[in-house]
Amino acid sequence: MSITRRQLIKIGIAGGASAALTGTAVAAEEPSAPRDAVGMLYDATLCVGCKSCVVACANANGLTPDTRLDPLHQSPVDLNSFTKNIIKLYTPAAGESGPYSFVKRQCMHCVDPFCAAACPFHALSKDAVTGIVSWDSDKCIGCRYCQLACPFETPKFDWDAFNAKIIKCEFCKERQARGLEPACTYVCPKKAVIFGRRDLLLREAHRRIENSPGKYFDNRVYGEVEGGGTQVLYLSTVSFDKLGLPNLSADEHPSHWLRWQERVMKGFVLPLTVYGVIVGFLKQNFREHDKEMNEEQKKTGLLPQI
Amino acid sequence: MARDDQKQPVTIGEQLRRAGIPRRDFLKFCTELMIMAPVGLAITKKAWAGDVAADLLKTVRPPVIWLHFQDCTGCTETLLRTSKPGVADLILNIISLEYHETLMPGSGRQAEEQLHSAMKTYAGKYVLVCEGSIPTKGDGIYFKLGGKPGTQLLEEAAAKAGAIVAIGSCASWGGLPSAGDNPTGANGVADLIKGVPIVNLPGCPPHPYNLLGTVLEFVRTGALPELDSALRPKFAYDRVIHEHCPRRPHFDSGRFAQQFGDDGHRHGWCLYKLGCKGPDTHAGCSTRHFNEMPDVWPIGIGAPCVGCTEKGIAFNVPIFQNASVHNFTPPATYPPIATGAGHPAHIATGLAGLIVGSAVGAAWTAAQRFQSSQESAAVNPPEPPKELVPVSHEKSNEDGGGI
Repeated sequence: MSITRRQLIKIGIAGGASAALTGTAVAAEEPSAPRDAVGMLYDATLCVGCKSCVVACANANGLTPDTRLDPLHQSPVDLNSFTKNIIKLYTPAAGESGPYSFVKRQCMHCVDPFCAAACPFHALSKDAVTGIVSWDSDKCIGCRYCQLACPFETPKFDWDAFNAKIIKCEFCKERQARGLEPACTYVCPKKAVIFGRRDLLLREAHRRIENSPGKYFDNRVYGEVEGGGTQVLYLSTVSFDKLGLPNLSADEHPSHWLRWQERVMKGFVLPLTVYGVIVGFLKQNFREHDKEMNEEQKKTGLLPQI
Repeated sequence: MARDDQKQPVTIGEQLRRAGIPRRDFLKFCTELMIMAPVGLAITKKAWAGDVAADLLKTVRPPVIWLHFQDCTGCTETLLRTSKPGVADLILNIISLEYHETLMPGSGRQAEEQLHSAMKTYAGKYVLVCEGSIPTKGDGIYFKLGGKPGTQLLEEAAAKAGAIVAIGSCASWGGLPSAGDNPTGANGVADLIKGVPIVNLPGCPPHPYNLLGTVLEFVRTGALPELDSALRPKFAYDRVIHEHCPRRPHFDSGRFAQQFGDDGHRHGWCLYKLGCKGPDTHAGCSTRHFNEMPDVWPIGIGAPCVGCTEKGIAFNVPIFQNASVHNFTPPATYPPIATGAGHPAHIATGLAGLIVGSAVGAAWTAAQRFQSSQESAAVNPPEPPKELVPVSHEKSNEDGGGI
């Protein structure tokens, strides 16, 4: 097997062109939330675990209560196709000391959403004004890449349904369109979860931290920078990873990685080049194979067998 | 009874003044009414009991005719057992009870005469209260009054009534007498009478304030209170027992009495597993206890609700059969942070590794064998046939030779 001089030149030209093109790709900007991005601030130190938000969420979104574990109660153990919002309880493990804490889990509405980046058909998209990440049933092909991509394990697949959906919090966008706040923030009796503009909520969170230094874990707001920032913000005395919120650094967000992918995939040149090389090798092999077959046939007079 | 009223209508205020009942007592009654029916009635939609009293004192006493059919008189008993207002207050001053077989002193022809004269005097105005179901089988031979079958009696009384109150489950849809095969063809009032406003006050028995509220609302505003699809007034039947049950925290915490007299039962735990129909039953019992005594109602004394205000439950569904829950709410427990979902067990990982490993091994071995057979074929090529002769398949098989 050998590559002819002519083929080598062809490959070289294609490779050079692709390198030239990818070199022109600009580095993606750091993600930032839209100016009027809505947000939610959950303060775990205020939450009393009444689960009003769980009931209100299910009612507002027309979700069937999850009674699979306990036939008498709406008792989901995690976010699932019946549950867009859940209150969980952290208790120190045996032998550990420290306070217990509730945590409210729902979609974080990332500034740079992982699910939208993973979605091959843009079925998950981020609203340009409000920043709400929502799902479009018309575009979804059910590949569930979003489920794998989300570091918060939020999008859930409706396994039991014939025409399955991706279930996740969509920030009660229908209620917001009617001028109402999300059901969970509306019912919260302790205002442990509040709704507002993300920038104002961040300011409020920092005000709370300043007013009670040392009260909150690490004196920081989870979601300000984690994973490129989220529109749902958390305050807690217990460390965030104990509440099930993953440790993400500020540059762990899709556009950080996608800028490399963009360079590689720019104009589809590099993949085409690679395919071209492979096809070239294959063609060469087939040509040699054909030559051998013809020689064999001439020698023996029999049709060649593989 | 109250013969004077037949001459000219008397207001409740006038009657109270004549009887020397202090205003303070009437205010107490109005307060009680506001507590029992806080929403859904125009007469109690007031700032305070004084406003309710001012409104009611101007009201002409409602003439009430009370007919018994196939009943146990339990609904009458519940009205008599109420202490605020006392029965004397109730029948003498607030409503004008024109005919009631249990309470009237007269009997026989005297009683019959009173019934007919009341129906004539208050035609189109009186409230007809029916207690008990009306049998229709056998031309109504299972119930007769003054020689007339129940159906005829009801038709005559209903034709001139301003409104009909069917008190108790029997009058509402047949109740106990209609259970099972319904041997007497027992029916509720609403099944037989059309064209007259009818309100059902089911219950076995219903709370007396349901009757008082409904009757006073009718005479004050001229209209019945808002009704649900089963013709029950919403002010008293708008929610299920379960929603406001004092034992609900036990339900949410999973503390159930498992059998009568067990430790949980003695500690007042939830009666759901003993067949309580609270989740299925629309009634106000969980907030309006009987006889004005706290916890005097079935669940309060440890007896599961039988669903007496629901057609098709009481007398039809076995008492100890579990009810179905309609509005699911979370329990009093919480899921942990990590539920283990999405993290495969070590043993599963090991098994999967074994399967993958053996598949890879098998593929490798097969490839090696294939290669060695190829090599041996190259070293010892099979003899080509000397001459090609057509052979039949049987022949070749007999020879034992392959291809």
